[in-house]
Amino acid sequence: MEVFLQQLINGVTLGSIYGLIAIGYTMVFGIIGMVNFAHGDVFMVSAFVALIAFLVLTAWAGISSIPIALLIVLAAAMFFTSLVNWVIERVAYRPLRGSFRLAPLISAIGMSILLSNFVQVTQGPRNKSIPPMVQGEIVLYRHNDYPVTLSYKQLIIWFVTAALLVSFWYLVARTKLGRAQRACEQDQKMAALLGVDVDRTISMTFVIAAALAAVAGTMYLMYYGVVSFSDGFVPGVKAFTAAVLGGIGSLPGAVVGGLLIGLIETFWSAYFSIDYKDVAAFSVLAITLIFLPQGLFGRPDVEKV
Amino acid sequence: MAVAGNTLLHVEHLTMRFGGLVAVDDLSFDVNEGEITALIGPNGAGKTTVFNCITGFYHPSEGRLGLRHGDAAAWDMLDALTDSGARYRSQRGGTLFLLERMPDYLITHQARVARTFQNIRLFPGMTVLENLLVAQHNRLMRASGYTLFGILGLSSYGAAERAAIDKARAWLERVGLLDRADDPAGELPYGAQRRLEIARAMCTDPVLLCLDEPAAGLNPRESAELNELLLSIRADRGTSVLLIEHDMSVVMEISDHVIVLDYGVKIADGPPRAVRDDAKVIAAYLGVADEEEVAEVEAEVG
Amino acid sequence: MSASGDRAGEQPRAPRGPAGPIPAARAIDRLASSVREAAITAALAFGLFLPLIGFETVTNMRNEVTLKTRWPLLFAITAAVAIGRLAYMLTLGPALGRRRLRAAPAPSAWRARAGGLFVPFAIALVVLYPALVIVLNGSSGALKWIDNFGIQILIYVMLGWGLNIVVGLAGLLDLGYVAFYAVGAYSYALLAKTFGLAFWILLPLAGILASFWGILLGFPVLRLRGDYLAIVTLAFGEIIRIVLVNWVDLTNGYAGIGGIPRPTFFGIPFNAGDDGFAAVFGLEFSPLHRTIFLYYIILALALLTAYVTVRLRRLPVGRAWEALREDEIACRSLGINTTNTKLTAFAMGAMFAGFAGSFFAARQGFISPESFTFIESATILSIVVLGGMGSQIGVAIAAVIMIGGTEIMRELDFLKDIFGQTFDPTQYRMLFFGLAMVVIMVVRPRGLISRREPSVFLRERKTISADLVKEGRG
Repeated sequence: MEVFLQQLINGVTLGSIYGLIAIGYTMVFGIIGMVNFAHGDVFMVSAFVALIAFLVLTAWAGISSIPIALLIVLAAAMFFTSLVNWVIERVAYRPLRGSFRLAPLISAIGMSILLSNFVQVTQGPRNKSIPPMVQGEIVLYRHNDYPVTLSYKQLIIWFVTAALLVSFWYLVARTKLGRAQRACEQDQKMAALLGVDVDRTISMTFVIAAALAAVAGTMYLMYYGVVSFSDGFVPGVKAFTAAVLGGIGSLPGAVVGGLLIGLIETFWSAYFSIDYKDVAAFSVLAITLIFLPQGLFGRPDVEKV
Repeated sequence: MAVAGNTLLHVEHLTMRFGGLVAVDDLSFDVNEGEITALIGPNGAGKTTVFNCITGFYHPSEGRLGLRHGDAAAWDMLDALTDSGARYRSQRGGTLFLLERMPDYLITHQARVARTFQNIRLFPGMTVLENLLVAQHNRLMRASGYTLFGILGLSSYGAAERAAIDKARAWLERVGLLDRADDPAGELPYGAQRRLEIARAMCTDPVLLCLDEPAAGLNPRESAELNELLLSIRADRGTSVLLIEHDMSVVMEISDHVIVLDYGVKIADGPPRAVRDDAKVIAAYLGVADEEEVAEVEAEVG
Repeated sequence: MSASGDRAGEQPRAPRGPAGPIPAARAIDRLASSVREAAITAALAFGLFLPLIGFETVTNMRNEVTLKTRWPLLFAITAAVAIGRLAYMLTLGPALGRRRLRAAPAPSAWRARAGGLFVPFAIALVVLYPALVIVLNGSSGALKWIDNFGIQILIYVMLGWGLNIVVGLAGLLDLGYVAFYAVGAYSYALLAKTFGLAFWILLPLAGILASFWGILLGFPVLRLRGDYLAIVTLAFGEIIRIVLVNWVDLTNGYAGIGGIPRPTFFGIPFNAGDDGFAAVFGLEFSPLHRTIFLYYIILALALLTAYVTVRLRRLPVGRAWEALREDEIACRSLGINTTNTKLTAFAMGAMFAGFAGSFFAARQGFISPESFTFIESATILSIVVLGGMGSQIGVAIAAVIMIGGTEIMRELDFLKDIFGQTFDPTQYRMLFFGLAMVVIMVVRPRGLISRREPSVFLRERKTISADLVKEGRG
């Protein structure tokens, strides 16, 4: 029971991070129908930006207040990562829009290789670890000397994720940009005819996706305290799994899918085998796509004869 | 229930539901051997859904779709076949198929029902000739020893391929596309693509040819050519034709038998002339039974 | 990166008739707008590179991460980007824009004739390649050129041709192709070590095992389409790799399998002993003998792949693959069993990967899961797409460019004289690989050779333009 509760807490934390990345996949897929393969690496880049921003603040600027530092790190990561993703869309995907379907996918794979190797070349191949940003925990419950704890950093992740999801939901459901996005998802040509700036809307989608990935990246760095250039691929695939599980194109689906993947992975590691935890995630992906291709919240894709 | 001897396709209580929507509701009709049968009705009446059920692209929610090869006595097996759970049953000179039990490709391959599509589905990046060879896939596959002999270059396959090309050439001549044989299908003008799609379907040697709006987008001259082509297909090969059509000149001129659908329900069934004068049909097309408009429609269809 | 930024919003300018501004004013106008454009690009580049190039995270002796700055490098790169953008705007940009408006020129008769000679010439070249290299570099320098370039490129050519059956012909997007390569390699390694079977027996066996796995993995996923199929095949590829890593009893995990028997010259081993190849043929022992032998094995395997593919395209199964790529529903309406047709494509592609895998294991003598990561699948797929889906010549050219190009970066030692001794060009291999993928796609989205040759003709063989050929949805 104690183990279960503890794993539940850990799983929800991990799932929040996956969910934030998954939204990026789902939004981009929804609007231009492409699997943005480089999104996992955008997430990794954001963790590096957060790392550098954190070092600049603590080592150079001498800011000692962790909450302020964390906020600035978050803002810096969001800004720079959004810029990166904006440029990527502009340079690598926009020229290919409306052409051959495989071209953007290959371009995205190339971009993913480019990003991870760029970070490897500029920042070195070694793991980068930082001293814990946030320490301390709340003991929720203790039984037979096994404490069930909720650390402050987990609390921060939950809180930040929740706050961002609410503002993100507001953005999509209530603002003009959100409406333009939904219109482009349905029919880009028609949206353009009705005066929606499709290019700008798609650019903004990439910016928002990157900003959410940057939040995930910052949280990831804070939670694990270590990041390396190769950390984009596996979280990226898992977040994509989350998006598919939730039903690709569905925003609440991405969040629920992220939580489910986080929980599946955590419980699998705890109760079965930590070596095969990635197999668990990949199997979920395969099984979902084979038996429930529209995911939990997605619309079924019926081919018209 | 006894099925008339010259019936080729016997559709019985066909119902197709999509979620809550009933696209086809308890539809029964027969297609007679060697006849051209037209399925007409306003947009959204469920005509293409009926086609998709017959050709196996949809699995009907309810109903029985029997198809006969050979001897008319095969229909006597209908109930026994239904009870047996098998896809088909043969006796003496006849075979009976239950199409609702067969996957789409076997309906073409074994039951020999071929079809065309409302929005033409050619292989645009392959040549006209290649399109017609793909249609003869199953025979060529056998001849190539399921690829094995073909890879080794055995001559039996060469002969089969030459025969297939000759057959394709004959059909191309017939639809007037022989000099475009080596052009990609996607480059043909619209009317030629329609004719090619019919030729391609005929290359599968069907007993029943299902055409989904073959005259759509054709000009009057092309429409007239289409009529001739369909009549000659029936005359030469005895192939029965089932077609969905909006162009009344095609329907009235060549069909022997017309079935009218409205909202998934059959509202008329009979020879073209009788159907044309049917008050229910006129009302369905116009939405009202206004005397003046009825007269207009009559002028149009006549 | 920003230098190639295409201002998508920019409309083609209005035709400059006699009513337009005088040339001098126009030139100044163009200069001003170019400078503005370059300044914007510079600002973007500065922002883009500020965190990752401006700062370097360095791990110090106490294992703490500290920061160093690289301002000169940051400013140099920003300036380079700005100058590049300005030069592009002033020279190439307008010219490229005009060229894009013109229709592509029809291939000339000369080019058609050269194209006909290309294949025999290329085959002659690869057959004579080892001799050529030995003449040019001497036998000691030749080893590297035959092994690192010749054999390495040919492995990828073969893998590209194998995957081309699945992706290029049948239109099925497979991102887990490396799994079958791994099956072939591990089949050879384990069977050769356990049962001592010879290379020539295990080669077909590895191919059969790989195609068996192709059918096994293919069966559940074939009803998926497009990107979904790609992702599931990626997942399967990763699952197989993770199993190879973790099933230590069988595969020895990350440590890999070493001491894999090398192929022999029909029973004569390539060693310095009395019964070795050199002694039997009265030659002086040289490691080059085995390398040359391996080179011809992989060349033969690659040519076999190409030959079988050419044959298959002219058989009903090959035509059905292409028809499947064009329109799956039409295939079903013509009585084609699409599941079986897809499975044969999967199995055939997997079989060639299995051959290549067993060759790889025999050549290396050592295999580990490291060699079968997703990056390999991505590399092979990108070779197929960059080459032009379905075109075997295109795939071969793409393999030479991508694999040869990244291998050649190992040879650029002279760059150390320019950038200092710490500069290591090999580090930049994958960086340029990724960049090349993006650039080739943006410039030629349909690949290098995108025309399709019909498999059969009545009167004359006419090449089909890429615009008509579909890419498949599965």
